[in-house]
Amino acid sequence: MKKGLFDKKDTTSRKVFVICNYIFLGLLALICIAPFAHLLALSFSGDEFTSAGTVGIIPKGFTLDAYMLLAGKKEFFKAFGISVLRTVIGTAFALLVIILTAYPLSKSNKVFKGRTTIAWILAFTMWFGGGLAATYVLYDTLGLIDNFLVYIIPGACDVWFTIMLMNFFRKIPKELEEAAMIDGCSQLQILFKIYVPLSIPSIVTIVLFTAVGQWNSWFDGIIFMNDPANYPLQSYLYTLIIASDPSKMVGASGQLTPDQLEALKNIGSKNLQSAQIFLGMLPVTVIYPFVQKYFIKGITLGGVKE
Amino acid sequence: MKKAVNDERASIKRRKKLDFLKNQLVWWGMLLPGLLITIIFKYGSMFGVVIAFEDFNYAAGGFFGHEWVGLDNFIYVFSLKDFSNSIVNTLIMQAWKIVLGIVVPLILALLINEVGKKWFAKFVQTTFFLPFFLSWIILGGIINQVFSYNGIINAIGSLFGAEKALFLIDNRYFRTIMIITDVWKGMGYNMVIFLAAIIGIDPSLYEAAEVDGASRIRRVIHITLPGIAPMVVLLSTLALGGLLNGNFDQIYILYNPLVYETGDIIDTFIYRISFFGNMQMDVGAAVGLMKSLISIALIGGTYFFAYKKFGYRIF
Repeated sequence: MKKGLFDKKDTTSRKVFVICNYIFLGLLALICIAPFAHLLALSFSGDEFTSAGTVGIIPKGFTLDAYMLLAGKKEFFKAFGISVLRTVIGTAFALLVIILTAYPLSKSNKVFKGRTTIAWILAFTMWFGGGLAATYVLYDTLGLIDNFLVYIIPGACDVWFTIMLMNFFRKIPKELEEAAMIDGCSQLQILFKIYVPLSIPSIVTIVLFTAVGQWNSWFDGIIFMNDPANYPLQSYLYTLIIASDPSKMVGASGQLTPDQLEALKNIGSKNLQSAQIFLGMLPVTVIYPFVQKYFIKGITLGGVKE
Repeated sequence: MKKAVNDERASIKRRKKLDFLKNQLVWWGMLLPGLLITIIFKYGSMFGVVIAFEDFNYAAGGFFGHEWVGLDNFIYVFSLKDFSNSIVNTLIMQAWKIVLGIVVPLILALLINEVGKKWFAKFVQTTFFLPFFLSWIILGGIINQVFSYNGIINAIGSLFGAEKALFLIDNRYFRTIMIITDVWKGMGYNMVIFLAAIIGIDPSLYEAAEVDGASRIRRVIHITLPGIAPMVVLLSTLALGGLLNGNFDQIYILYNPLVYETGDIIDTFIYRISFFGNMQMDVGAAVGLMKSLISIALIGGTYFFAYKKFGYRIF
């Protein structure tokens, strides 16, 4: 293929375009990374530099203070632990439910009477819901407020992923199932010994999306937990951001008091907040480049069907 | 002899029927967890729409048995300035987000497609896609710092002699920041879809065009763009269904009372009125119901269009 940047046939204007294209995309990529580099730099910088706003993407007055301070912060690690737990348990449970739901629905109407009706019953929930207040009242009645299970159970049967897996199951040749049936396999065996192993790419995609969704969830913590001790990491980070921002506390007057305005201009201890946000994004950021292809596969094959 | 064959046939038939019935049980058994979760949590909460027609008292509990007030909550909410304001903000911001959420990824995909170096294309794609996987909490925290008074934007601005600004409490900037950051977070998703569509175009078309002496630009205009046009229209159509869904996470994390005027959207309005102050859950439910009904009409319309035009089906 091509060795250098250009083809031999390339005209001058094509060469100019290619160079400009590289520069433009490269710059844009740097701009996209810059905020994260800035965050990392802030977390390693001394307070006097962060509050003066002189830190760019290289730490100034290098210090590990923020991380040392963080090491003694029990709330942070508790919240981190809850996030890990909900991600692991929530993803495993959701995957099981999705597989078990998708399989019968992948059968034809002749084999499973009523599958189309049920598929529509599930799909309808993608477009209509009772709303926030109704959900809260329902969960309260069911005892899910201040209960860890609220992170696990209600969202477990994700319709979009169920449909995605169902569509994938339907592409698997029927002959395999028939052969297994002659060998005396039960449907459960057929599902877990034939369908699941053949659907690993789809299943990995579902696992990754569900895990990222669990890790990133914050609002369920805020709304369904009265006790901040039950917050997952993202909800905990939310309280940090709010607490450090006086503009959120503006009263009915709709005006900042002079004190608040002053405080807003000199938001302090940025490095500690930065360190926590950075650690919050670390797991996803570290794993993401290695599993990107599964996300892409999931989006291009399952997300939007041509 | 004939009888024996008939018997055999009958028994096979019976066994098949038995198998069929047994399998129905198996199917329903497998569906049970998912179906229960859906019915209890999703359909259960749908009964809650009655709250919208009640003078709802949270302390008394349950959905039913509160005083029935008909359409009072709906009439009341229309008298609130915050409500009409949130609709206007939602529509303005969402319109921009939908348009730029298609155009920006499209341009990026076309440009990345022109990159010959595989590693460079991969690197750029990875960086553009990363924010999609981070929560709005993380991005909100970063945006908060980047746009703060002593943040990097002000620092860069003052290099050029600009006066320092408090961007996130300023009604002049708030919407723009929301639109740009939302496009930034989401652009990787559509970009990946467009790139896949471009790769799916038949290479022989390009070869034929090259033989005919078509320039690069002409090949993009006459082959690449028409090749992915259906996907562009399809994604735009489906995006329209979310016209009333401002981005709750983003707005709720980044807004504050000083920018309600330009930043408040329907979803944040519902949350505030339901859970803060007088906790008017009934009014919140009324707004939510209206939004849901309009949204479902929009979604139904767009799906119908997508189905008729492109044969798009979810299953």
